[in-house]
Parts: sequence; structure tokens; C-alpha cells
Amino acid sequence: MLERKVDMDSLSAVAVASIISAGLTMGLGGIGPALAEGMAAKQAVSAIAQQPDEKNTIMRTLFVSLAMIESIAIYCFVISMILIFANPFWEHFITKVG
Amino acid sequence: MEILRLNQISPDQLILWQMGFAKITATLLYTWFIMALLIIGSWLVTRKISKDIHISRWQNLLEVIVSTIRGQIMEITKDNPDHYLAFIGTLFLFIGLSNLLLIVPGYVAPTSSLTTTAALAICVFIAVPLYGITKRGLLEYLKEYFQPTFIFFPFHVMGELTRTLALSVRLFGNIMSHDKVIGVLLAITPLFFPIVMHALGLLIGMVQAYIFAILAMVYIASATQAHEQETHKEKQ
Repeated sequence: MLERKVDMDSLSAVAVASIISAGLTMGLGGIGPALAEGMAAKQAVSAIAQQPDEKNTIMRTLFVSLAMIESIAIYCFVISMILIFANPFWEHFITKVG
Repeated sequence: MEILRLNQISPDQLILWQMGFAKITATLLYTWFIMALLIIGSWLVTRKISKDIHISRWQNLLEVIVSTIRGQIMEITKDNPDHYLAFIGTLFLFIGLSNLLLIVPGYVAPTSSLTTTAALAICVFIAVPLYGITKRGLLEYLKEYFQPTFIFFPFHVMGELTRTLALSVRLFGNIMSHDKVIGVLLAITPLFFPIVMHALGLLIGMVQAYIFAILAMVYIASATQAHEQETHKEKQ
């Protein structure tokens, strides 16, 4: 009886840790890409203002670099999705508790 | 037909048909569907190809696609694009079509599964040394790993591995996250806003296909071109 109680407690501890760290991953991991995307867009806008003829090249490079920067936030998103929906520790404890 | 639920982050978990150990997942079905679409489509178009001024509109479409890909490859490698056209063009067309078809209801993009994107990234991982060795020879290619000194060997190897991982997770994460965002938005604001996000998703899908192909090309070019820079220096 006591052992089962301990197992349930560790189960909820895993749940709490996963959900909190999923939120932290998304929140902290969003800061850097957000700043970087802002800087990239700022530079691109001022470059277009200086050289409107090169707009197509600048826009294309901007899109590519935005997607590259965004992939850092996407990695964080993948981690948080794994923590919530496909958590390996969660599965492990679920099978243990039965 | 079953639909991918919000807590299933990969279409591999959606099993459409199973007999014993053999099972057909949504990833497998839609991968073969896209391959069939590409092959049959291009066969139908190129069946009656003409050198005349008057060409069919489908031939025109294919010519635009192929010449654009050739131009992009030419810009990066400054080389004859025909060596790389088959590999890079296939990557781009497969990823692009599988992302564009997201607007069809009931369709699950095979690129939203990590297995597909990992397979594509491993193709790039294998293609880089293949192109490098055929272009520069085995010893010349291996010498690149020990530049500038032999201490850098593990870092070069780690760089190859991590960029393969980044390539696969980038594509997977973008397409999968787009699916999930649409799913969440359908629960919150069901009528209008998901359509706007779908339009954004088409742009993201094409940009990701472009980036995947461009990055593969850049990696291949960096493996094949160090030699040419050396010869340039020698000439000067």
C-alpha cells in the first residue's frame, strides 16, 4: 500500500516537472529567436529603404534567415511537445504503477 | 477515415491497416501517394514534349520549375548544375509538394513525421561525401577533416552529425508545429482564423522546402569546392 502511494507521488512529480519545464522551455527559448527575428527584420527594412531595387533579393534572404532563426524556437517547441505528449519518463512510470 | 489527434505528434502513430507485423501507417501511405503523384505527373507531361514555340501549359510549368532550380544551384556552386539537379530537385519537389498538399482535408504531411525527415537528412548526410569524393578524390576529401590541424577531426565529425540532426528536426518541427497550431486554433476560434494560419502554413511549407534544398546544396558545395579555391590560389 505504502509503495503504491510513493509511486503515485513520483508520477505526479513527473507530471508537474514536465509541464513546468515545457512552459519554461517555450518561454525562455522564445526570447532569443524573437530578438533575433526583430533585428533581422529591422536590418532588412532599412536595407530595402536604402536600395529599393534590391527588394527581391533582400526579401528572399530575409525569409531564409527568418526560417533559420525560427528553427531555434521550433526546437524548443518540439522539446515541449515531447515533454507533454510523448514523455518517456511518463510512460515508464505509468507502466510501473499499472 | 481516422484523423491525427492533437496528442499524437507523429503520423507514424496513425495505423491505417495492419496484418501481423506488417502495417501501413499514414506516413507510408502519403509518402507513396506523393511519389506516385510526382512520377505520374511528370511522365504525363514529358510524354508529348515539344521543342516548338507552342508548348502545352504543363510543359511550361515544368520548364519554369526546372530552370528555377538550375538557376539557384548555379548561383551557389558556380558550376554545371546538372550534377546536382537530380538530387536537389527531388528533395525540393518532394518536400514542397508534401507541404503544399496540407490544404487538402484529411491529408497528413509525411514531412510532419520525424522518420521521413530523418531519412531525407540521412540522404544528404550520405550524398555530401559521395559528391565530395567523386569530385576531389578520397584522400583530398579526407584531408579536409584534418584542417587546420588533426585536433579538429572530432569537431568536423560532430559538425556533420549535428547538422544532419538540425536539418531533420527543423523540417519536422516546422510542419508538425503548424499542424498543432491549426488544431489548437480550431478549438479556440473555429471559423475564420485557421484559414489565415493555413495561408501562412503554405508559405512556411514552401520556405522550408527551399531551405532544405539550399542547405543540402551548400553542404555539398562546401565538400566539393575547397579544392577549386586552392587551385585558384595556385593560379594567382
